[in-house]
Amino acid sequence: MTVPAPPPDRETAGRSDLAIDVRGLNKSFGGRHVVQDVSLGVAAGRICGFLGPNGSGKTTTLRMICGLLSADSGEGSVLGLDFRRQSEAVKRQTGYMTQKFSLYEDLSIEENLKFVARVYGLDRRRERVRESLERLGLTNRRAQLAGSLSGGWKQRLALAAATLHEPRLLLLDEPTAGVDPKARRDFWDEIHALAAQGLTVLVSTHYMDEAERCHEIAYIVYGRLIARGTAEEVIAGSHLVTFLAEGPRADRLGHELAGKPGVLDVAPFGQSLHVSGVDRAALEAAIAPFRREPFHWREVAPSLEDVFIRLMDQAPDNFA
Amino acid sequence: MNGFLLRTFAVLAKEFTQLTRDRLTYAMILVLPIVQLLLFGYAINNDPKHLPTAVLVQDQGRFSRSILSALKQTDYFDFCQTVRSPSELDRLVENGQAQFALTIPADFSRRLVRHDKAQILVEADATDPAATGNALAALATLPTQALSHDLAGALAPPPGGAPPFEVVVHRRYNPENITAVNIVPGLLGVILSMTLVMMTSLAVTRERERGTMESLLATPVRPIEVMVGKLAPYVIVGLVQAGIILLLARALFDVPMVGGWTAFVLGLFLFIVGSLALGFLISTVAKTQLQAMQMSFFYIMPSILLSGFMFPFAGMPKWAQAIGSAIPVTHFLRIVRGSLLKGEGLDGSLPSLMSLTLFVTIATGLALARYNTRLD
Ligand SMILES: Nc1ncnc2c1ncn2[C@@H]1O[C@H](COP(=O)(O)OP(=O)(O)OP(=O)(O)O)[C@@H](O)[C@H]1O
Ligand SMILES: [Mg+2]
Repeated sequence: MTVPAPPPDRETAGRSDLAIDVRGLNKSFGGRHVVQDVSLGVAAGRICGFLGPNGSGKTTTLRMICGLLSADSGEGSVLGLDFRRQSEAVKRQTGYMTQKFSLYEDLSIEENLKFVARVYGLDRRRERVRESLERLGLTNRRAQLAGSLSGGWKQRLALAAATLHEPRLLLLDEPTAGVDPKARRDFWDEIHALAAQGLTVLVSTHYMDEAERCHEIAYIVYGRLIARGTAEEVIAGSHLVTFLAEGPRADRLGHELAGKPGVLDVAPFGQSLHVSGVDRAALEAAIAPFRREPFHWREVAPSLEDVFIRLMDQAPDNFA
Repeated sequence: MNGFLLRTFAVLAKEFTQLTRDRLTYAMILVLPIVQLLLFGYAINNDPKHLPTAVLVQDQGRFSRSILSALKQTDYFDFCQTVRSPSELDRLVENGQAQFALTIPADFSRRLVRHDKAQILVEADATDPAATGNALAALATLPTQALSHDLAGALAPPPGGAPPFEVVVHRRYNPENITAVNIVPGLLGVILSMTLVMMTSLAVTRERERGTMESLLATPVRPIEVMVGKLAPYVIVGLVQAGIILLLARALFDVPMVGGWTAFVLGLFLFIVGSLALGFLISTVAKTQLQAMQMSFFYIMPSILLSGFMFPFAGMPKWAQAIGSAIPVTHFLRIVRGSLLKGEGLDGSLPSLMSLTLFVTIATGLALARYNTRLD
């Protein structure tokens, strides 16, 4: 069984319409190799979802791309600029939204935006800040301290601050963690609107529904990029076969199937059950004893989540 | 506005707003100098009396008795021991049993009567100038008044002439004689470095600890802009503190300010900038705010002990002088004492001003070199 080879953007390498085109990124922290040979190409105007389990190196990779961390090795360009040597110029055209809220909590909403406007040397600063406040719907609360905002509002303010200088590239690190569904939808609508204007977005997330909202995804595990492409391509590339069992309390079959030869993953969804494997014959053999009333079995397309769990289990844990 | 100025102003305005939001810092800026000045001022202002005094009277005449009783009446001197030899006198001062040693020489009466430069000798243990200052000041009126009853008629000194005898004062252990009056300007240096170094040492570490550094570094702001923007509000803070201290020093302790303002203002400015640059340097090295505080304290201790504030600079061992010379407070003290207290011109303070300039340059250079534009 092989890890599906990530198409390391070989066919895209060197293309001039790539907003992000980095190759062979490496980063170690005190001997721990947390990003290994990551190559990533994202075409201008695309939204690329960046997925992977906790500690897999997403934040580290984003930081290297925007020049906050220096890569141990690797090369390439971001927005057509040498991302290692011209990080000043890259920063001017990039908006970076950090995983943890990192605006000034002891400044008001308006003061934070004003600071950003000045630091980027923007023209029409007053109008831009006003427009931004209006778009956020925070005009009336502009004097409120950023630290007193709820989590969801903080995220919106952070996005407004990251886009105030009209960047060409947006790096978002888990922008919707802990945000309610409505706010998340609004957030994604806005990101799609920005991408429609030509902005390139690289966004890390742990939400599968968000991954499916991206034009393409990149999946990183233990510092290695192991899957790349559209959601459909990633699913197809996994060669995963998934069966769905329905019927009263079908989810209870899970513990009986888990560990059977050919069964790689069982996942209950409410009262139904996903059973996945890569060896179709073995998988069918494993579930054969349970193909009886009151259960109904049918083959379904594996979900992204099934695929990611599978990919993660398969990847050698180089930290262990 | 060009990019540099705008970005610097962005940081400055932000820093200033944050400063006004932080009540505790506010209080520290305004209250600390006042409290410290009053604390030290009390110690300066107290007026210890009945200080142990050893006496060696080699001339047993009535003049000697009059002088002793006049001294006693000042309330400053308590005659604890009467000794027979100069060496015994020395020993008492040396081991701290006597704060003063009074010698009336054998030829005192003879010279007095002949108007031939009669002298008495007072040796003072001036380690603690606050303790001996007032007592020594009281000696000033002794020559004209102590013997006014004894020297009547033919013995009377010629009217308008010199007083009949002279009090020679030897200060031991503290030849520079730091008096109460010049402790207050010293306090100016110590209080300023304490607050300024400490506050700016938190400047960058706070951003790192709160995580705001990540956003700040993602913007195109450059190290020099961060540094200037962050320090500028504290220059104002330093000037306000200096103003408060000088006003209080004037109002409460009658510290004379005779001139030399050009040198003083230049020195003050350089000293403030130097302290801030050092604080900034500390904040680029310290990982946490706690570490930054600890490093600030580490700097402030020698500033108090080795700068000439606590102990006279000339009296310190060579190694201590070497350390002291590297500390800005030392040079600032010299400028304040030379210019403000003695009214020296710019020339006199030039070496100290140069040293401060050198310090500012080195601290700024190191801080900028150390300031990391990345997170790792
Ligand atoms: N500054 C640092 N010093 C040392 N180790 C670090 C540092 N930053 C990250 N790491 C380590 O590098 C690894 C990757 O971290 P990173 O933050 O990139 O993961 P992530 O994919 O963003 O995780 P999460 O989904 O939890 O945010 C982790 O094991 C982390 O402990
Ligand atoms: Mg992360």
